[in-house]
Amino acid sequence: MIYLDNGATTQVATEVVKEMDEVMLNDYGNPSSLHSLGRKAKELIEEVREKIAKEINATADEIIFTSGGSEANNLALNVLESGDHLITTKIEHHSIEVTLKELEKKGIEVSQLNVDAEGVIDLEELKKSFKQNTKLVSVIHGNNEIGTLQDLIKIGEVCSEKKVMLHSDCVQSFKKEKIDVVKANLSMLSLSAHKIHGPKGVGALYVNKNIKIKPLIFGGAQENKKRAGTENVPGIIGLGKAVELDLELDKVKELRDYFIKKVESEMEEVKLNGSRSNRLCNNANFSFKYVEGESLLMSLDLEGIAVSTGSACSSRSLKPSHVLMALGMGAEQAHGSIRFTFSKFNTKEEVDKTVDVLKKIVERLRKISPLRKK
Amino acid sequence: MNYTNKVIERFKSPKHMGELKEANGKGKVGNPVCGDVMEVAIKVENNIIVDAKVKTFGCVAAISTSDVVCELAIGKTIGDAEQITKADVVSKLEDLPPEKIHCSLLGLDALKKAISAYKEKH
Repeated sequence: MIYLDNGATTQVATEVVKEMDEVMLNDYGNPSSLHSLGRKAKELIEEVREKIAKEINATADEIIFTSGGSEANNLALNVLESGDHLITTKIEHHSIEVTLKELEKKGIEVSQLNVDAEGVIDLEELKKSFKQNTKLVSVIHGNNEIGTLQDLIKIGEVCSEKKVMLHSDCVQSFKKEKIDVVKANLSMLSLSAHKIHGPKGVGALYVNKNIKIKPLIFGGAQENKKRAGTENVPGIIGLGKAVELDLELDKVKELRDYFIKKVESEMEEVKLNGSRSNRLCNNANFSFKYVEGESLLMSLDLEGIAVSTGSACSSRSLKPSHVLMALGMGAEQAHGSIRFTFSKFNTKEEVDKTVDVLKKIVERLRKISPLRKK
Repeated sequence: MNYTNKVIERFKSPKHMGELKEANGKGKVGNPVCGDVMEVAIKVENNIIVDAKVKTFGCVAAISTSDVVCELAIGKTIGDAEQITKADVVSKLEDLPPEKIHCSLLGLDALKKAISAYKEKH
């Protein structure tokens, strides 16, 4: 299998598995227990908290472990109350996008910023969107579909001027981009383990210590009373190990760039979606004219190549991805988009093979497409 | 998406995809906004559909069902072809994921449009 869906999830690194194995077999205590086995588990997770805080220039007491990026995003938005105003974007991950509807039901006002053709928000529009009751700005850092990066430093400056909190969904960008919560004036930040060769089901929310956050899950006093429930000790340990590991970003970017160059030079009527330079180093998103995304994805899968699509036909709705539509592209192009996301485990040979297979499949599907005029 | 082997097989090697040069009836349905466009072409001789071909832009289900629609139509009188149902298409492929059933309707709509186009001219 040639795995080019690292934006969905990554292969767990052997080092991570070993460490988690060790913890499950030996350090199985409950971190809330007072005996030595419990204290050991507590110690282990506190080490990880410290490590994550250091990675983003926060302090350990500002890190809340969660079940992943979606919970972290939901928890961040939970600072809002009826009558508050939230500014966010039209290209958020579903864990924000879908939550907005719930917030509106609770009487929270929501504004969604437009993006340009590359997927970047307009700072002037942001500045104009503030109201008396604006409490939070939430902006995805590296977009999960098209990989476009927002300028968190500049957004942070605007928010700090307006004295409004800034949250960023950094699930895709964590460890791929340098993020400093102090420099970017970030009040909250979401991250996840499984995008960086860690395990699924664990992530974290950084919350600036001056901010009062309401829990989503009530019960025990874990996570400084911000998130009840026995900590996912092996998961947290896995996250800690993953943070330590080298993502080999130079190699990843080189492979990605090689792929883009090859597709653009060897194939016709293709379009790179998103920004050419201002994007996550592991992401390439292409539209192949006259071809629908799901049939392309399935054809690649039959050849042992795993990718993903923002096409509606892969889901229950008839509308293509809200992210691709927000870029202003036509529905036809959006339906034909495929996301290729790379990791350090990919090779140049895999890229060569993928482009060869891709050429054949796209040609086959174009031959049977009524949209291509001869 | 959980497709049956029959769907995948049909998607990989469709039998009736492409142009039909001697077509005397054509029907096009769908639009790119919804992600499905199908164009069915039929050749009718003595009231019988002797050949049918389709060109499809769409998902795996759209491609495989529209191909099956052509197969079911070939050899039938235009009256019988008009009686082909969604169930006939789905059973030929064993099954379809529930959210993909609408794809089989599109192929039939295209076939019916092609038949109407033929009738208008003849």
